[in-house]
Amino acid sequence: MIAQVVIHHRTSTCESRNGFCPDWIARHLGDYVAPLIRHVELTVVAVGVGFVLAFALGLLAHRRRWLIGPITGATGVLFTVPSLALFAVLVTSPLGFGFVSGVIPLILYTLQIIFRNVVTGLAGVPEEARDAARGMGMTDRQLLWRVEIPLALPEIVAGVRIATVTTVALATLAFYAGAGGLGDKIETDINFKSNIALAGGLAVLLALAFDLLLLGAERSLAPWKRARS
Amino acid sequence: MPSSNTAHAEGPSAFPQAATLEFRNVTKRYPGAATAAVDDLSLTVEAGEICVLVGPSGCGKTTAMRMVNRMIGISEGDILLDGRSIQESKPAELRREIGYAIQQIGLFPHLSVAENIGTVPRLLGRDKSWIHRRAAELLELVGLDAALADRYPAQLSGGQRQRIGVARAIAADPPLLLMDEPFGAVDPINRERLQNEFLRLQDEIRKTIVFVTHDIDEAIRMGDRIAVMREGGKLVQYATPAELLTSPADAFVEGFVGPDRGLKRLALQPVTEASLLPPTDAALTVGGDEVLRTALSQMLIAGSQAATVLDDTGSPLGTLTIEAIEEVLRRP
Repeated sequence: MIAQVVIHHRTSTCESRNGFCPDWIARHLGDYVAPLIRHVELTVVAVGVGFVLAFALGLLAHRRRWLIGPITGATGVLFTVPSLALFAVLVTSPLGFGFVSGVIPLILYTLQIIFRNVVTGLAGVPEEARDAARGMGMTDRQLLWRVEIPLALPEIVAGVRIATVTTVALATLAFYAGAGGLGDKIETDINFKSNIALAGGLAVLLALAFDLLLLGAERSLAPWKRARS
Repeated sequence: MPSSNTAHAEGPSAFPQAATLEFRNVTKRYPGAATAAVDDLSLTVEAGEICVLVGPSGCGKTTAMRMVNRMIGISEGDILLDGRSIQESKPAELRREIGYAIQQIGLFPHLSVAENIGTVPRLLGRDKSWIHRRAAELLELVGLDAALADRYPAQLSGGQRQRIGVARAIAADPPLLLMDEPFGAVDPINRERLQNEFLRLQDEIRKTIVFVTHDIDEAIRMGDRIAVMREGGKLVQYATPAELLTSPADAFVEGFVGPDRGLKRLALQPVTEASLLPPTDAALTVGGDEVLRTALSQMLIAGSQAATVLDDTGSPLGTLTIEAIEEVLRRP
């Protein structure tokens, strides 16, 4: 670590003053591309896997309402486990350092948010729409995929958005498990303001980009939400 | 092509047009309930007729209706559609053959009007272009602009939604239609308009219809036959509106139809139903297409014992007297 600090020889006055140095940022931008890509990978894998798990749990709890309490409780407990402790446990496990140990805690933290939104989204489907669907001859499966899930979609995507932004922030700690990401860069020179500004700024921009992307998805998936006479 | 013709020709139903519906000793008991929700109900609805199930809340009318498409299971007895037990079909398949309209309408907010109307045709495997043609046809049939096809339900007025609900219920041309207070959620003026429009529509499509309401006036207006039910799921009387008003089976029915049943009955009958005397010089005139209640009201206002009934060209058909009106009320 000490050795790495030395790499950034503070040649110019701005850098020696430890200021915010656009020149330095412009010159070193390329070094941040790989960590940024890794950060995207961590986020996409965590939210993707988390979504699949939470969605499946949500559907299960939608059919068997008594499961809502236990699943909310269990995912809530996962949410309260300190991330550093979880990374530490995983690296000492057979998984060791690496991407998998870094991404598992991130997956677990998405579960509660997405699960809760899947369940409330499905519960918010108007009862009369359900009755009409059944009364016109939809099977349970058709009711789910043609009526309930489309109507719950805005709520579900809203959950995925919150989970994604949270994951981008949390993924800056995944370097503890040796999973890389922008956290690696922050840690490398934590006292150098330009470095923190660049790595932190990229993380914020990444969260913003994901959020806008998902907002766009939400809009295009639920055009009826905006239709008012 | 006239809309009603293509509907019949292309309907997926195995039934030609309308089916006969028979309740045979149907009972519904819920576990733990002291009394039956529907108790030994037997009645037959002839093909193409509107049967209104009417009664106070908790009388089992909605339960009886919902047993027809197996939304509620039967405890004892059977329901036959054109002589075939409804228990023989899978619930989902049975329901696709039976139109379904409810008070809350239950339009799907995420689907366009055309897609809503096309719900059952889609379940039956119709393609998009067929559904779009059918939706346009049905919008016209229920008196709406075909341009509404691409709107979402949130963009419609209450009356428009109600009409779409009816259009959706008949989209696959079912031989039987179940309607649970379909006009209950609209204001009285619009309700009467919807009722009249629906009766005109029924003249065209001639479905067998089970219509549930708690409103006796709606029952009298809509029903070919009315089944009056009371608490405990018991059928008290099954009769035509005129029979019900003339000879209520018991004090319950008499109370339910109201003390103005004489006037209600007169509202059902055109003046030409009364035995008219030869034309006299009675100054008061009423149109031959008016109902007796209107004629009576005019006679009372004018203080006249008689009125001259005119046909639509304005020539006298005969003289209507108070005695002739009384005689109509005494008929069985």
